[in-house]
Amino acid sequence: MTSARLAVDIGGTFTDVALEYAGGRLTGKVLTTPEAPERGVIEGVRGVLDAAGLHLSDLALLVHGTTLATNAIIERKGARTALITTEGFRDVLAMRNESRYDQYDLNLVLPEPLVPRHLRLTVPERLDNEGRVLRPLDEAAVRALVPVLQREHVESVAVGFLHAFVNPAHEQRTREILAAALGVPITLASDVSPEMREWERFSTAVANAYVQPLMARYLTRLEAALRTEGFAGPLFLMLSGGGLTTLDMACRFPVRLVESGPAGGAIFSAHIARECGLDRVLSFDMGGTTAKICLIDDHQPQTARSFEVARIGRFKKGSGLPLRIPVIEMVEIGAGGGSIAHVDALGRIMVGPESAGADPGPACYGRQGMQPTVTDANLLLGRYDAARFAGGRLQLDAAPAAAAMDAQVGGALGLAPSMAALGVIEMVDETMSNAARVHAIESGKSLGERTLVAFGGGGPVHAYRIAEKLGVDRVLVPGGAGVGSAIGFLRAPVAYEVVRSLYQRFSTLDIAAVNRLLAQMAAEAADVVARGSFGAPTRESRLAYMRYVGQGHEIPVKLPSHHLTDAGIPAIRAAYDEAYTRFYNRPVPGSDVEILSYAVTIATAPEAAPAALPPPAPSVARPARVQAVRDSVRGEVADWQVFERAALASGAALRGPAIIAEDETSTLVGPGWRAEIDAHGYIVLIRGDA
Amino acid sequence: MSALAEIQRQVMWNRLVAVVEEQAQIMIRTAFSTTVREAGDLSAGVFDLQGRMLAQAVTGTPGHVNSMMESVGHFLQKFPAATMQPGDHYITNDPWLATGHLHDLTVVTPAFRDGRLVALFANTAHIIDIGGLGFGPEARSVFEEGLYIPIVKCFERGQPNATFFDFIRAGSRLPVELEGDIYSLCACNEAGAARLAEMMAEFALETLDPLADFIFTSSLRATEAEIAKLPRGTFHAEIFSDGYETPVRLAAALSVGEATIEVDFTGTSGLSGRGINVPAPYCRAYAAFGIKVVVAPEIPNNWASLMPFRFAIPEGCILNAPRPWPVAVRHVIGQLLPDLMMGCLHQAVPARVTAEGSSALWNPPLRGGGSVSGQGGGNRRVPADFEVITFNSGGTGARATLDGLDGTAFPSGVRTMPVEATENAAPVVFWRKELRPDSAGAGRTRGGAGQIMEVAAKDDLEFAVNAIFDRIANAPRGRAGGADGATGAVALKSGERLRTKGFQIIPEGERLMLLLPGGGGMGDPAERDPALVARDVRDGLLSVAAARAAYKVVVAEDGTLDQRATAALRS
Repeated sequence: MTSARLAVDIGGTFTDVALEYAGGRLTGKVLTTPEAPERGVIEGVRGVLDAAGLHLSDLALLVHGTTLATNAIIERKGARTALITTEGFRDVLAMRNESRYDQYDLNLVLPEPLVPRHLRLTVPERLDNEGRVLRPLDEAAVRALVPVLQREHVESVAVGFLHAFVNPAHEQRTREILAAALGVPITLASDVSPEMREWERFSTAVANAYVQPLMARYLTRLEAALRTEGFAGPLFLMLSGGGLTTLDMACRFPVRLVESGPAGGAIFSAHIARECGLDRVLSFDMGGTTAKICLIDDHQPQTARSFEVARIGRFKKGSGLPLRIPVIEMVEIGAGGGSIAHVDALGRIMVGPESAGADPGPACYGRQGMQPTVTDANLLLGRYDAARFAGGRLQLDAAPAAAAMDAQVGGALGLAPSMAALGVIEMVDETMSNAARVHAIESGKSLGERTLVAFGGGGPVHAYRIAEKLGVDRVLVPGGAGVGSAIGFLRAPVAYEVVRSLYQRFSTLDIAAVNRLLAQMAAEAADVVARGSFGAPTRESRLAYMRYVGQGHEIPVKLPSHHLTDAGIPAIRAAYDEAYTRFYNRPVPGSDVEILSYAVTIATAPEAAPAALPPPAPSVARPARVQAVRDSVRGEVADWQVFERAALASGAALRGPAIIAEDETSTLVGPGWRAEIDAHGYIVLIRGDA
Repeated sequence: MSALAEIQRQVMWNRLVAVVEEQAQIMIRTAFSTTVREAGDLSAGVFDLQGRMLAQAVTGTPGHVNSMMESVGHFLQKFPAATMQPGDHYITNDPWLATGHLHDLTVVTPAFRDGRLVALFANTAHIIDIGGLGFGPEARSVFEEGLYIPIVKCFERGQPNATFFDFIRAGSRLPVELEGDIYSLCACNEAGAARLAEMMAEFALETLDPLADFIFTSSLRATEAEIAKLPRGTFHAEIFSDGYETPVRLAAALSVGEATIEVDFTGTSGLSGRGINVPAPYCRAYAAFGIKVVVAPEIPNNWASLMPFRFAIPEGCILNAPRPWPVAVRHVIGQLLPDLMMGCLHQAVPARVTAEGSSALWNPPLRGGGSVSGQGGGNRRVPADFEVITFNSGGTGARATLDGLDGTAFPSGVRTMPVEATENAAPVVFWRKELRPDSAGAGRTRGGAGQIMEVAAKDDLEFAVNAIFDRIANAPRGRAGGADGATGAVALKSGERLRTKGFQIIPEGERLMLLLPGGGGMGDPAERDPALVARDVRDGLLSVAAARAAYKVVVAEDGTLDQRATAALRS
């Protein structure tokens, strides 16, 4: 066995592989094989290992992430699942929060629950908000469900009772009774998501149950296939929260894997941030159908505790199924290279979220696509070399792009195709910038002092203009951006987060109870991490979710990772006031604070930040050619110098307007910007004299 | 105008909408009242110096949005633009100058660029308590309904108006929440103003006037174009509310003109002695929403896009209550207005409207403790004092090609709170909260199902409900051959019926039963796909008997369809 480490990221279209070994890094892409994803994995892994002259038995570690669970939910291809719940609450999943996610759409469609009503079964039992039994569990009623579940051929069961996150006894007893009689997996809501809010908790439990048989089967097959090929090291799974976990935990809580691919991208950015010593980063990953934006402070991606999967209403908030799990917080908007542009009733240019996808793709692919896309607009502005796109594998054709742009956008507005294209680009850049701004507001953070880390096929193309709109002066385009998520997997710590609710007022805090709970949570997380950390040093972080009594949103406040004492309490309150003021400018006088829940994370310590590399010797870059590009701000056409990224050595410097071309993407250096290749070989864009 | 400038204007419009959306998000994040942060009962917008709304956050509820739009002009009348200073915030809850009842606070904040006033930001939020009788229909004049705040300055040049806040704190059962909410309202307007200044700097704008002209011109033109697509004519409709003392008739004659839609409410009932009366701005707000959602849903809300909708509301009718008539629960009547508008529009564009729905929210304000039961003692236990409200809804009306939505708010844009959160906020227990079988109005497309709620105080102690429920005597009606949705019911668990409006005691050992109405159906039920009928039977939402009687579908309890018997029944 060598120190070689390998990561595999299964996406909807491609399975990406990244290998790091003594000889450096090798990456590969193969088509995803949806009917048996492990085949694509083995193929991709073999390909990259062959190229490195290695064998699976040489691997010290394999990290895996997959969209399989997400796709099963989106495509409704999970197990036939039943939900057993408190009598009187059969429709928590269907009634949601009783609202519409769009006020003005009379023909609104709401997402169907994963479990239909006839498989939502109730039993008499009831706890109060403190977990006291108001009505004992009717065990005979639970037993009576067994023949119903059998008759309905239920393949997976979720159990969710009101307030059971405070006292799981009824849920656990129900599992005991059912497990004895049924041979199907059983998910308890109090295990998967032990937090207040029944809809979110039940939805999470049901999603877990829904994907569990499928994921367990797949992961078991995958492991067997890898072992057959000689792999002897540990296999880790990437979690939506940015940590790694063992196969065993992944099989129990597969719902925690749903956003693992994008999480890998954020970890990738966080690693770049650490490597380059950037404390404030805005990660911007723009692909074919969506753009993902994530805030990264002190090399840690921002995390959240809830997420919506399978949004049906044009990526609208509230149109998906809520999941309450630890996730890396990202906004995902329907703006990518394939996003389609049109003109609305008010004569406004609108872009996305509908996408031309890979087939037929943008009009310029010449595959009969009739809708103008962002890629078409970029081509019409002269930002792409038609012959060099995607490494020359795809010859772009400007004629159908111009025709589509004219038919769908330019004609209606009296604009030539090139100016219509400019409008499309300005609008999509504006949409992405607005999403980043609202996201920052919601997170109580500012953007101006950040470095934008851009990757994905579209990120480096749009980065400079988005930076201008956000008041950001620096952009960094790392290498390997095409398989960023897979590389990110290799940088993720083995980590586990445990969240528990314990409602208390700050003024009457029961410190002993808090200490007991935190110690229990820390032990639980440590146990999970120990199974995969192999004695590596770990670090623990504790958060309390606090708010003014009666207020809506909690703010996470760091707690010391040790026993709390009376003496330490004022410091926590001060930390809360400080965090609140940072969010909202002024504290609220005379208000007590309440704590709703706690989170404990244990993670292996990150690799020490590499020593800063010495600055490279400056050199002047030589352009390969020039290209006529229309500037999206002034609307004027000028010759932009084009540089080949591969030909730029560390230390090379150039001034915009220019394009730095490579196989997977192009980095635009806008007018007023300059570019340098840093010691890592990354492109750094700097605005003005900053 | 150059092509580039045209594109830039579009970008700026887009940005302005993002600015007000940020403003609304900050309100939701910082609010204290559950009505704002959980229910989303708020709105936010930016206005020009003439008080015309330029853009409004997508987040928010229609009753606020359209009535807040009128309010900024009233602020400007009292405090002319020239007198406004940076750091000033103005506030009111005047039902006639703002959004229709004392529980809504509206704050207006001037926005400056380089020391010059360039715009106004406004924000409205429904707060939990404003003193008085508490949220409910019982008051006989607005003076009993709570603290009345005329348009005043609550902050002057960044300094809180101490006298104002003294009054506020003294006048509410929840002083900390109320004061906190006012801070939040000011903070989110301030954030909007700061963002606007950045935007104007980025685009080198000295004034918003040209942008305002552009927004207004395109919005008006687009709305007029949509109106022009409608068949001309005058369409009449009426709808009945249960009322408080006596049933209330709402009547409308909606005339589609060349470029306007004018509604005359002549024939509408007179005022009620209790707080279900509607101030005119609130009537215009929900009536305009009901028209817009059918005629021009895609066009963003602003002064110009709403201008073609005009309303004649006779003085002294229940939709134009003068001061000081009581108006606290004006939503009970006001939220029927979209159904009334769609009753008219159904005659013009039948495929674009919905059947009637449950419509008026079923918000049970629950109260317990000393103010309900006096002091405990002896064998008599009294719960700790509490005051809590949840936002619940019956079914919405069927759409032309889609069923109505089960247990979902319409036209209101609010969300409800989790039962677990409510039970943590007050010593109450919801024993049941699920969909109500056989409540959806039958039709080719069916209405949404209503819901059943069973509520008690912890340990079944005594508590009270301040009932504000409608559609108990008047069902949500179906359209085009669709059946009516089930009417609602308010009762004790033991069976005794309660009044549908007003303060009532739920005695110890009893529980409150609320049966929320279902939405009306649309089209002939016998034309409904039998498989969908069978699904509802299997799901326990439709009885075997009702499937047969209403839909002419023969289906077993487990959802097995008898195709032949169904065909025979339907032929």
